[in-house]
Amino acid sequence: MQEILSTLPQVLLDGLTLGAIYAVVALGYTMVYGILELINFAHGEIFMAGAFIGTALLFTFVDIGLALNWLTLILVLLLASLLTGVLGVGIERIAYRPLRKAPKLIPLISAVGISFILQDLVRFIAEYKTGNYIVTGQTVFENKIAIPAFSIGGYDVHASAIKSNTLVVIGIAVLIMIVLDIFVNRTKWGIAMRAVAQDRDTAALMGINVNKVIALTFFIGSAIGGATGVLYAQQYATINPFIGFILGLKAFTAAVLGGIGNIRGAMFGGLLIGLLEVFAAANLGILTGGALGAEYKDVFAFIILILVLIFKPAGLFGQAVKEKV
Amino acid sequence: MSLLQLQSIRSFYGQIEALHDISLHVQQGEIVTLIGSNGAGKSTTLKAICGQVKTTGTILFEGNEIQSQPPHTIAELGIAHVPEGRRIFPGLTVKENLEMGAFQVKDKKQITERMERVFQYFPRVKERLSQKGGTMSGGEQQMLAIGRGLMMNPKILLLDEPSMGLAPVVVEQIFEIIQKLNQSGMTILLVEQNAYQALQIADRGYVIQTGSIALQDHADVLLGNEQIREAYLA
Repeated sequence: MQEILSTLPQVLLDGLTLGAIYAVVALGYTMVYGILELINFAHGEIFMAGAFIGTALLFTFVDIGLALNWLTLILVLLLASLLTGVLGVGIERIAYRPLRKAPKLIPLISAVGISFILQDLVRFIAEYKTGNYIVTGQTVFENKIAIPAFSIGGYDVHASAIKSNTLVVIGIAVLIMIVLDIFVNRTKWGIAMRAVAQDRDTAALMGINVNKVIALTFFIGSAIGGATGVLYAQQYATINPFIGFILGLKAFTAAVLGGIGNIRGAMFGGLLIGLLEVFAAANLGILTGGALGAEYKDVFAFIILILVLIFKPAGLFGQAVKEKV
Repeated sequence: MSLLQLQSIRSFYGQIEALHDISLHVQQGEIVTLIGSNGAGKSTTLKAICGQVKTTGTILFEGNEIQSQPPHTIAELGIAHVPEGRRIFPGLTVKENLEMGAFQVKDKKQITERMERVFQYFPRVKERLSQKGGTMSGGEQQMLAIGRGLMMNPKILLLDEPSMGLAPVVVEQIFEIIQKLNQSGMTILLVEQNAYQALQIADRGYVIQTGSIALQDHADVLLGNEQIREAYLA
C-alpha cells in the first residue's frame, strides 16, 4: 500500500497523459464506426502520420530559424491536423467509398491495406530524409515541473517530476474533446452527423448530402488523430512508422470499452485504459509479489476490457436506444 | 403541366426489376393515392421518385427531369418523402429530428416559423421536444415524421403507409391531418394498404399490381368499382 501510494501522483499524471492520447485517437475510431460501421484500421497510421508531419514541420521551422514556442506548436498542430484531415478524407474517397455497398469485410481488408501503405510510405520518406526510420524530433517544452514529496495520513508520497509538456498534452486533448462534444451535440452539421449514423437513407431524404457528412466525419476524426500524433511526438520524443499499430489497437479497445459509436464513451474508455495501463506498469510487480512485471501491463488492460464486455457487451456507455415501431 | 409526372418508369433492385412501366401524374393541390397489395411496388415507386433506387424512364417535377439526381438534391427541389415505418432518427431528440427536416435552411428565424406551423398541426409534438425520437409511441412518431417532412416546406408530400401499425383511432387522426394539409394547399401522393380510407380522402387513385399500374380513376369511381371492392376493400 505504502509503495503504491508513494508513486500515485506520477502514475496518475502519466496515466492521464497516455489516456488523453488514447481518448482522442479513440474518437476517430468511434466516429467512423458510428457512421459507416467500419473499423478504420488505418486510423492508427493517420495518428502516426500526424506525429511525423509534426516532427518534419518542427525540423523545418528550426532550419529556417524560427523559435520554438507556444505559437509554433499551435501552428504545427493546425497544419498537421489539416494535412492528416485531408489524408483521412482522401483515404475514404479512394479506399472506402467505392466499397460502401460491398460486404462489411471488404472495406476492412482495404483499411488494413492502407495501414501497410502508410507505414511503408512514411518509413521510406523518413529513411530517405534522415537515414533512419526511427526519428527523434524537436521538443518545444523541455523543462520539468517538480512536485515535492509529501505525506498523507502517515503515508509518504514520493517526489515526482512532470514534463511541462504533459500539461500541454492533457490540456489540448481535453480542449479537443470539449469542442468535439459541443460540435456533435449542438451544431447543425454535428446533428446531421448523428442523423446519418442512425439512418443514412432517411438523412438523404431530408436533403442532407450524406457523402459530405461522411467526408466531414473522416476529416474531423483524422485531424484530431493527427494532432494527437504531434502531441505524442512531443511527449515521448522518439517516433517510428509503427507507433500507430499498437497505439491504434489500444485506442480501438478504448472505443469498444466505452461503447463503439459513442463519443463520450470513447473519451472515458481512453482515459480509463491509459490510467489502468500506467497503474499496472508501476504496480503489477508489487501486487503480485514480483510474479508479474511491468511488461504485463497490456494484459492487465485487456483483461479489464474482457471483463467489462462479458457483463456489458455494448460497452460502458453503449446503450441501445429503445425503438418502437 | 403536372407538378409531378412519371413516364414509363422501370426500377431495379440489383438485377431484379421491381417496377415495369409505371406512368402516373399528380396535379398541383391534389391528393393522389397509390394503392395495391403488399409487394406490388408502391414503396418502390416513391423510392424511384426520390432517387433511392436505380430507375430508367423519365420523372418530371415542375417540368424538369429529376431521375438522375441524388436523393438530397431531389429533397432540395421540394419533394418531401415521409418513409415507410416513419424512420425517425431514434437517438435524436424530437426537436433535432425536426431541425434535420430543415437542414437546407440557413435562416434560424425561418426554422422557428416552420416549427410553429408543424406545432399547429401536431400540438403533441411540441410537448415532446426534448424527448428522444425513439422513445415515442408509433402514432407520435408518425406525427413527427410528417412534421419533419413539413419542415422542408415541400411542394409535394410523399406519404408511405402513414397508417401502418397504428390503432384505428390514431389512423383517423392522421388522415384528418392529411386532409387538413391538403386543404391548406399541400399536394400529396399517398401510398396506402388501407385502400378504403385512402380513397375516401383522395381525389384520384392508381391501383398498382406486380409493378405495373392496373387501374386509374377518380377516387369515388374506384371506391365503387366491384373488382377493387373485392381485392382491396374487403
